[in-house]
Amino acid sequence: MAYDKFTILRSSAVPMPNENVDTDQIIPARFLKATERKGFGDNLFRDWRYNSDNTPKADFVLNNPTYSSEGVSRKILVGGKNFGSGSSREHAAWAIYDYGFRCVVSSFFADIFRNNAINVGILPVQVSPEFLEKIFAAIEADPQTELEINLPEQTITLLATGDSESFAINSYKKNNLTNGYDDIDYLLSMKNEIEAFAETRPF
Amino acid sequence: MSTPKTLFDKVWDAHVVRQIEGGPDVLFIDRHFIHEVTSPVAFLGLEGRHASVLFSERTFATADHNTPTINQHLPVADPQSASQLDALERNAHKYDISHWGLGHQKNGIVHVVGPENGITLPGMTIVCGDSHTSTHGAFGAIAFGIGTSEVEMVLATQCIMQPKPKKMRITVNGQPGKGVLSKDIILYVIAQISASGATGYFVEYAGQVFENMSMEGRMTVCNMSIEMGARGGMIAPDATTLSYLKGRDLSPKGEQWDKLVPYWQTLKTDEGATFDVDLTFDAADIEPQITYGTNPGLGTGVTQHIPMADTIKDGAASYKKSLQYMGFAENESMLGKPVDFVFLGSCTNGRIEDFRAFASIVKGRQKASHVTAWLVPGSHVVEKQIQDEGILDILTQAGFELRQPGCSACLAMNEDKIPAGKYAVSTSNRNFEGRQGPGARTLLASPLVAAAAAVTGEVSDPRQFI
Repeated sequence: MAYDKFTILRSSAVPMPNENVDTDQIIPARFLKATERKGFGDNLFRDWRYNSDNTPKADFVLNNPTYSSEGVSRKILVGGKNFGSGSSREHAAWAIYDYGFRCVVSSFFADIFRNNAINVGILPVQVSPEFLEKIFAAIEADPQTELEINLPEQTITLLATGDSESFAINSYKKNNLTNGYDDIDYLLSMKNEIEAFAETRPF
Repeated sequence: MSTPKTLFDKVWDAHVVRQIEGGPDVLFIDRHFIHEVTSPVAFLGLEGRHASVLFSERTFATADHNTPTINQHLPVADPQSASQLDALERNAHKYDISHWGLGHQKNGIVHVVGPENGITLPGMTIVCGDSHTSTHGAFGAIAFGIGTSEVEMVLATQCIMQPKPKKMRITVNGQPGKGVLSKDIILYVIAQISASGATGYFVEYAGQVFENMSMEGRMTVCNMSIEMGARGGMIAPDATTLSYLKGRDLSPKGEQWDKLVPYWQTLKTDEGATFDVDLTFDAADIEPQITYGTNPGLGTGVTQHIPMADTIKDGAASYKKSLQYMGFAENESMLGKPVDFVFLGSCTNGRIEDFRAFASIVKGRQKASHVTAWLVPGSHVVEKQIQDEGILDILTQAGFELRQPGCSACLAMNEDKIPAGKYAVSTSNRNFEGRQGPGARTLLASPLVAAAAAVTGEVSDPRQFI
């Protein structure tokens, strides 16, 4: 499924300092029954976001008017360490994308979530624990503070102070994200090589 | 002499079709399992790009995540669930993929039916849109969970793009004590290194404890690799592995088998091969385990007290939130905690050995009257074994009923949901908030600890019944 190309992103951010945010929290299993990729953003963080009678939980960050920019959805989610652990459900990445986020920042991502995020066009930015603390502190001091994610330069910057850190991404995936390519196009272009390889497998 | 290699290196390197400069490896996938929940959008994607399935004989479909565990002969009541099952059947038919749907005699949980039918073999690469695909590593395969984009990728190209993970070896030596099962071993390891302790790594399990373990036990261990963040875990194939596989329906036969055995015997870590991390534990330190928090790393011995926040690696705020969700407090004893539900089943502990263990404790005893117990075999094959071995009679006499195969309350996608606020001792793999139903509170444990809880109605030490 096509996604928006990613180059430079400037946005204020939604802070979620919880550690070990697992994909069951991002989207509970009972919302995985669809056979199409539609509307998952409505159930993003469903049980943290809504009471059992579907009224919003006032203390949850996505319901907090402090962290909304006058109706414009923020494009950066900043999470605690080990973000996206647990189930491999790509629906978690779909829900985050569908809600409007294009980048998730954490000091540590679960492996499967990281792959799923990139595959759907979300940039996972891994920063040092110290820089993560700086980001949370900056947002706490000024909820409107903006971050700049520069994919070509591989940097993340707190625009108010100029504090910056570089992040890692392999050049192949970087090229995909900046051009909106996906792995399947690449693999389909080497089909003959794959078919020849398959002949050599013993089972 | 060539450089010594680990088991993981040997299997990985044999599957690299192409190395991309500054990028991931293109890895060939020998076996691909699909189920109803994570595959429909992948098939839609295929159609969107006018691609097809490259090698339909390498993909196997089974329905498990979203199936009822009673009255499977009736039409599925929930229209959305029925629609997912229909989509799986339709897609499998369209692309000529083997499909063991609801009601098929081979149907069951994907990570139970793959091995029990001989689809899973040593030296393979195996993926599925499910994180517990790591289970198949018990056979010396590289097996890991993938997302739906990657399911589409494997359908279209039989390959996946992955950077090679780092390597970790976890060695457990010694003899496990009375009442200590494979589940306790792995829960203990996860509690030691935390729920993210192996993120970025692929694990090899080594040492006497795993060498002496049955295939069912090894599957339980490898299954839980993801719960410490590892992409997967594997155990070198040996005589136990081969004797499990020989003669299974889809296992290689005759000459083909004879040709593979010498290759499989090379699948072990060479002397002198190195790991990025090498950890060693002693089985003598391990007692039956139970979790008290909302990630699988928050577990302890069943006779222990809940740790104080300052002894936990994770942040104190997350830890306290976790205990609050569970309705527990620091320093409380786990023994005697009330239990409302018991769940025996899942890809972690839904095999025959797990039912034998459970039955060994409930035999001649009675289920506590206030406990609701859901006993869910991992497959119809397991269900039949339970009947044939007389285990069903033992369970029935003790006041238990057997449900029909499926993932059931492990992820509570079907009707099998633990009610809000209730405590469930579960043999499954995750105790996340709401995992077994909105507001449900899960205590992960072995089949023996689950059985002890079922007959006493509270968290109990199973060793008193052995």
